Amino acid sequence: MENKNEITITFDSYSVNEGFARMAAAAFLTEFNPTLDEIEDVKTAISEAVTNAVIHGYEGTIGKVTLNFKRKGQEVEIIVEDHGKGIVDIEKAKQPFYTTKPELERSGMGFAFMEAFMDHVLVESKPDEGTRVTMTKKVGMREV
Amino acid sequence: MENQYELKDGFLRVRIPKELDHHSAIGLRAETDMLIRTYHVRHLIFDFSGTEFMDSSGIGVIIGRCKNMNYSGGSVEAEHLNARIEKIFLVSGLNKIIKVHKN
Repeated sequence: MENKNEITITFDSYSVNEGFARMAAAAFLTEFNPTLDEIEDVKTAISEAVTNAVIHGYEGTIGKVTLNFKRKGQEVEIIVEDHGKGIVDIEKAKQPFYTTKPELERSGMGFAFMEAFMDHVLVESKPDEGTRVTMTKKVGMREV
Repeated sequence: MENQYELKDGFLRVRIPKELDHHSAIGLRAETDMLIRTYHVRHLIFDFSGTEFMDSSGIGVIIGRCKNMNYSGGSVEAEHLNARIEKIFLVSGLNKIIKVHKN
């Protein structure tokens, strides 16, 4: 089999779908022969990105979140996209502990976690248009 | 969610669910705060023995409870962390603000 594959899933921004997104990520990764730790790293990163779309992108209203998984050899690329309110200052949003919703007890660590657990994270956003987070990670590279 | 909460002599033990994310955090936070207020809890223990996943939403819940308990002079502890949850505690720095019992 060629090590190429792509899956796109679109779902409503209900918080229950945060768990669904993690399961989808874990399922997509199984073909990579990943370590358990790698699966958990990717699950954590996607959970952060989807939670951001639910809480910040749509602020509790219901819109569509699209996940795109792509395999490029041993690298997985995950795109999480919403069409919500967008981010005004991306650099500020990425600062650890910075949050626009302290009243919801947000820890402000979402982007820091994505960056800690993935190899590369790109955030693109326009106010009132939405946000797209593109994350990549090499998995299943261990010596057997 | 039977036996998720255990109350005794000012101690409250909260069994964290299998996955602590934004979705599961909402109910857990409300119930825990209600018990703390109603029963004048002074010592809060988060039991992670059944927990396999936690993200930054879970960290927000724990830090929030720590702040509330500190105001009232109470204590907060965490126990039975598996390797993954320990990693999350480490990466977030949570291990520096909450007492973690080694298994």
